[in-house]
Formats: sequence, C-alpha cells, structure tokens
Amino acid sequence: MSLEQFKDRNVGTQNYVKLDLEHTPTEGWCKFKQVVKRTFQPELFQGLGVTLREMINALFRNKMHTTKYPFEKLPISPRYRAVHDMLRLMESGNYRCIGCGLCEKICISDCIAMETKYDENQRKEVSEYTINFGRCIFCGYCAEVCPELAIVHGGRFENASEQRAGFSLFEDMLTPMDQLNQQQEYAGFGAISPNADENIKSTPLAY
Amino acid sequence: MDATMLPEVTAAGVIVKAVIILAVIAAIAGFGTYIERKILAFMQRRLGPTHVGPFGLLQLAADGIKLFTKEDIIPQHANKFIFAIAPVITAATAFIALAAVPVFPDFTIWEWVPFLGGVFVPSIAADINVGILFVLGMMASGLYGPLLAGMAQANKWGIIGSARTAIQFLSYEVVTGLSILAPIMIVGSLSFVDFNNYQTDGLWMVVYQPVAFILFIIAGFAETNRTPFDLLEHEAEIISGYVTEYSGMRWGLFFIGEYANMITIGIIASVVFLGGYNDFWFIPAWIMIILKIAFSFFFMLWVRASWPHVRPDQLMWLCWKVLMPLAVINILITGLVIMI
Repeated sequence: MSLEQFKDRNVGTQNYVKLDLEHTPTEGWCKFKQVVKRTFQPELFQGLGVTLREMINALFRNKMHTTKYPFEKLPISPRYRAVHDMLRLMESGNYRCIGCGLCEKICISDCIAMETKYDENQRKEVSEYTINFGRCIFCGYCAEVCPELAIVHGGRFENASEQRAGFSLFEDMLTPMDQLNQQQEYAGFGAISPNADENIKSTPLAY
Repeated sequence: MDATMLPEVTAAGVIVKAVIILAVIAAIAGFGTYIERKILAFMQRRLGPTHVGPFGLLQLAADGIKLFTKEDIIPQHANKFIFAIAPVITAATAFIALAAVPVFPDFTIWEWVPFLGGVFVPSIAADINVGILFVLGMMASGLYGPLLAGMAQANKWGIIGSARTAIQFLSYEVVTGLSILAPIMIVGSLSFVDFNNYQTDGLWMVVYQPVAFILFIIAGFAETNRTPFDLLEHEAEIISGYVTEYSGMRWGLFFIGEYANMITIGIIASVVFLGGYNDFWFIPAWIMIILKIAFSFFFMLWVRASWPHVRPDQLMWLCWKVLMPLAVINILITGLVIMI
C-alpha cells in the first residue's frame, strides 16, 4: 500500500471489497429454504475436517506450536533490548569502554553510575561501573550514544529477581576473557547500519 | 448365544458387577478429563498436560489430590442441604443409568478366588426388559442435579444456569424419545439385549434409521451438556452456570457424572444404532464395543474443538421446529414401511 492510499482518510472512497452476503429471509418459505440449504451443506463437516487436519499436522507432521519455554527458547531479534553487555576489543582483549561518561549522562532513569580515573598510561580507566536494573527501563539510549559500541544490549531477558534493585557490576557484564572468541559484534540499537559506508560524505572544508 | 445357556445370575455377581462399573467408569470418567485436554490441545496444536508423569498421564492423580484437598465452600445464603446433595444426584443418576446398559462382556470369576470363586458376573448389572426407558429416564432425572444446584446456591449465574437447564431439558427430551422410538418399533423391544441380537446377523440399525441416529446424537449432545449445547455452564456467558459456587470434590462429582453420561450415551448409540457388541469381520466383539464407545467419546471432543455453541432459544427452536417434526415424520415412514 502506498503512502497516499494510507493517508487517505475519506472513508468510503477506497476500494473496499464487499462480502456477497444474502439478505436474512423474512418470509416463511424463504426461511425454510435457508434451513434446508444449511442443513445439507457440508459446512459443519468442513469444520470437523479443519480440526482433524490440525491434529494430524501437530501429531505426525511436526507442526506443534508449543515451545517448552524453560527448556527451549525461541531466538530473539538482535535489536531486542535486554540486559546489557560490555564488549571487549577483539585484538587486544581490553575493554572497549573509554570512560567518556556519555551513557551515564544520557540515562533517563539515572540507573548508570560510573567512576573513572587515569591509569599509569594516562588512559581513562573505569574504576566503578554499575547499572541498577531495578530502575533501568531498557530504552537503549546508552547503547545508542556509546561512541565505541562498548555498552550494548545482550539477549539475556530472564532477569526476574526477588529484590527490586538488581545491581550489575562492570565485571559481570564484561565479556569473559576465555569467551572472547565467541563475542558477537552487536547488530542492534546504536550499531552501525549495514549501509553505513554509503552514507559517509566528505566533510565540507569551506566553512 | 442363547440366553438360557448362561449360568444363573446371583446377587453376589450383581454386586461384583456394580463394584466393577463404579470403579472402572469412575476411573474412566476421571481419565476422560485427561483425554479431553489432550485431544483439544492437539486439535489446537498444543501439547496439553505433559509434566506430571509420562505424557502427563498422572495429571489425573494430581487433579484428584487437588480436588480432594480443596476447601469445601458452602455459600452463606445457600440452601445448604440441597446445595450439598445436588452433585450427588448428578453422579448417582449417571451411575444408576449404567446399571441397565451392557458394560464389558460377562465372565465367571476363577474358582481359586476366596469367597467369590465361581460367581458368574453378568454383562448387564440389571437385565430389565425396559432397559432403554430406564436409562433414558435416569439420565433425564440427572438434570435435577444442575437444576437444584443452580437454584440452591444464591448466585445469579447459578439461577441463569438452572433456568437454562430447564430450557435444555424441555428442548431435547422430546427429540430423544421420538428419535429412539423408530428403532424400538423395528426391533419391537425395549431391551438392549434384543437390540444387540437384532443386529447380530443383519446390517447395523444406522443403515435402516440414519435420521433417527443423527437426531439421537444431537439429542445426546444436549443431554450430556456437550459443546454445541453446553448452555448450562458456558464460561464466556454465565461464568460457570450451575457450578459457579462449587469447589473441591462436590465440583468434581458434577464432572464425573458428566463424563459417565458421555460414556452412557456412547454405549446406547453403539448398542442401538452401531451394531452393539457383535463380532465385526475378524474383530472380536469386546474390541468392537470398546472401539465404538471410544469413537463416540472422541467424536464429542472433536465436536467441542470444532463447533461453536448455540443460544438457548436457538436450541429450543432447533429441537421443536426442526428435529421434532423430522422425528415424527421418521416414525410415520417407519410405521408405514413396517405395516406394508
């Protein structure tokens, strides 16, 4: 459907398809004919056929709808915004976070708290980093604003807990060193779009 | 199979038979809830109960424990005596009706069994010669259960449920009687044994009386409160109708009664219309009767999964304006054919 058709609010001018419904009979003879027609139409048995077909599909053709949830999980979209992950650089294994503090600033529910300091190489080091998942609304702004794709949303959505405040530390969210080779590049919110190269324009030099 | 060749039926045999019927049918009635949930689930491409036992088979035990241990609540303004006795009426009439229908083949208890050795257990607990009348009458009086339950519980949904019970009873009962009258005219007897023997050599009764069979099945659905006509307790409209205020085992008794009635209707349909407990080709008789009853049970669940239910006024319209004239015409034609 094109946008013009979609924006057309003049109800009744569009191309609606009307169902070919008969009028309800009022006279006795017409009512009787309708009853006879409905009696000998196989509609009821078509209904029985549908349910039997679905049962055979489910039992013998492996088309059962049920997912036994705690034991098997459906794949979730890469754009799904669940509990955060902290990514590492693939080459060196260092964490990507540069301690810029943008995520802390943009967080609209004030749930990210971080402290940074300079290490011996005058490089920003994250000394404290917590996310309060009792407050986090999983809006995705932190992942979107992160210039290094360091904080991203992972796929761990089962975060029910007995306490309202569930703090997560930087080390908990950071990719473990021994699983570095399994670290996936984040494709979701805030990631570079697949056609990013085409969108790059040369910087105008003459201001 | 001459009836005079069979051993004498003693009181001990009848008591054993009654205990067997009570135990087996009550177990099957409970098991029917499991079957129903499974079949409905498969037809909606779900799994149904799976977690308790293998394939969820022990779900029945879990439900039983739950029902037995639940609090037995009697509402404040209810008529306590009638409220307490109504589920018993439903369950008891359902089992009394089973006394006069043939359930399982007859057998003699082994000699080495203490006290009961050599006792002949008949296939019918009470082989009365008006079996059909007795069974239909008992199943009809079973509707006193919902009627009294709904009126005794001081609940508006219950009142609507019992009003619908009365409507349903007035609607289907005429069709049940008239539809089964034509086969009775052909066989000339009201005994299930005579019906069975009539179909031993010849064709099944459904070949002679297809219209009566369809009418009886429709009336049977109404009689057992199954889905096209489950007006008494339709959840979407009247919460649960007559069982709204019930809990625990009193609630369970209604459902044992309902499932026992489903089995009874299955047995009547099998014996009267579908050839009874006779051998069929190479399949022995006892397998045939179980297959027929199982299919009629499955058919009730199948219909529940497929068809929407009707309104009370539609049921009454259907029964009195369509089915009853059809049944009368069927009886008329049957009578003419017998006369000629």
